[in-house]
Amino acid sequence: MTGPLILIVDDEEQIRKLLEITLHTNDFNVKAAATAKDAIIMAKTNIPDLILLDIGLPDESGQEVLKKLRQWYTKPIIILSVQSDEENIIKALDNGANDYLVKPFRTGELLARIRSSIRGIIPQSLNTHIFNHELEIDYNLRVVKKNKEIVKLTATEYDLLVLFAKNEGRVLTHQYLLREVWGPGYVSQSQYLRVFIAQLRKKIETEPNQPEYILTESRVGYRFVAKDNF
Amino acid sequence: MSKTNKVDNLPFQKFSPKKQYIVSVLSILLVASGCYFLSDLVGYRVVAFILLVTVSLIAMFFDIMPVLVAAILSALVWDFFFIPQKFTFAISSAEDLLMFLMYFVVALVNAVLTTKIRKIEKLANQKEEKENTLKLYNTLLNSLSHELRTPISTIIGATDNLQSMADKLSELNKYELISEISKASLQLDRQVGNLLNMSRLESGYIKPKNDWFDVNELIYDVLNQLKDELKNIPVHVAVKENLPLFKLDYGLVSQIVHNLVHNACTNIPKYAVITVRANCKQDKLVIVVEDTGHGFPEGEMEKVFEKFYRLKNSKTGGTGLGLSIVKGFVESMNGTVDLKNMPEGGAIFTIELPSELSYLNLNVKV
Repeated sequence: MTGPLILIVDDEEQIRKLLEITLHTNDFNVKAAATAKDAIIMAKTNIPDLILLDIGLPDESGQEVLKKLRQWYTKPIIILSVQSDEENIIKALDNGANDYLVKPFRTGELLARIRSSIRGIIPQSLNTHIFNHELEIDYNLRVVKKNKEIVKLTATEYDLLVLFAKNEGRVLTHQYLLREVWGPGYVSQSQYLRVFIAQLRKKIETEPNQPEYILTESRVGYRFVAKDNF
Repeated sequence: MSKTNKVDNLPFQKFSPKKQYIVSVLSILLVASGCYFLSDLVGYRVVAFILLVTVSLIAMFFDIMPVLVAAILSALVWDFFFIPQKFTFAISSAEDLLMFLMYFVVALVNAVLTTKIRKIEKLANQKEEKENTLKLYNTLLNSLSHELRTPISTIIGATDNLQSMADKLSELNKYELISEISKASLQLDRQVGNLLNMSRLESGYIKPKNDWFDVNELIYDVLNQLKDELKNIPVHVAVKENLPLFKLDYGLVSQIVHNLVHNACTNIPKYAVITVRANCKQDKLVIVVEDTGHGFPEGEMEKVFEKFYRLKNSKTGGTGLGLSIVKGFVESMNGTVDLKNMPEGGAIFTIELPSELSYLNLNVKV
């Protein structure tokens, strides 16, 4: 098989088995490790295209493994976590994880996350970007159009949208968004983010209350998604 | 542990032993000196009774040793200051000597008996508490074994069928069995979530992490999480326009709304509608979840927030935890939850949560 290689790191055999079958069936090559030690050795001997890393490993904290991997491993890492563990998730994202999945997760979601992570970040050199055949961002002119009509955005709204668009499919934490758009002094000013997300949704979403583009990741952050983009 | 133990909760029990001695001695001296001025009016034998009452009162609150000290002291004080041949311990008449000895015995017996009674009461309270815990534990086990075993049985049965009779099953049957497994596992996941939340509440571990949020966003986020359950149920959302941002724990508030909406959608008849409202009243976030179902039986409205309580006629599987979690979470944020039946039928839950407000959303244009 020639598909991308995925390394599964989870101490539960049932989960490894399930993931192996799911990923094999979807044309991925799979390797699996049950411990942090094995994970690091396996990642080095046969560099995977993506790592699925359980944050609760028996021999070492997943956060530590993540930090060690990130010293040299530059490809996507997706964290697997148990329910209601937002602090750990945010920490993992800060430590360089690309995305996260909360157990129990649905297969469709798993595959979507893997594909979007492997596809990677869209090249920054693009001049324009069109999402779902309707939402267009022209980076040179700093103009946003929805269904070919210009959407008037304030400077901050535009910056926020561009940050989202360039990280399509990725979850961005509240702190990250505040730091990138408003500056390091604003990381705790979450009220700004709430207000601007609401405003931006009103302008770019067809149904601002049932957003298609800017999705809420409860307690963690936001994720910009597009079914297809060019 | 001492929550239901009335005796232990008396304020005097908090006194250190040293303080108990001081208070005992002082009260005897105080009462005695009061009586000293009255002794001409009431006679010294009545004083004995007044002192006995004082000892009894002390015995109600204090440990045995300070009470014994009070008993002995009061006997001596009575002898010295009140029995004729005042200011000596000598007692002249045989009658008074008998009185004194009787006083001494009654005071001691009084002290010992009261302490014993208190000990027995304490034991009885502890026993009752233990029994209550056991009862709760049994209810939990009953509820759990039923609510967890139903989905587990479904999964085991369905997988058995799929494994051993795969060639006999029609494609439709296979599909049905698989969707039963899927439903059952989601149900299990929900029950485990409820139990985790309940144990968080029980351990007193919940400390709200407050942060600004948009209540409109929160409500739609919750409805999105429940989209499978709400597939055939219309939900209206009526959030008042231009609400401020609220500073509360997003996770707790969304779990509250989640449980209320889920409770409504599992209990209402077909064709009923759910409405979720949000408003701001003074400095409170008000969230209302109402439905056009049958409402709750009048006699049971008080009980629905109790742990493991399930309506007598309830058909659907639930642990009876959802609403008690709502109440627990609301109270952990110093809020209130209220349940009423609407005159035209249907239940209406009203949540009020005190919160900081931010009107930034109305001012910012940049």
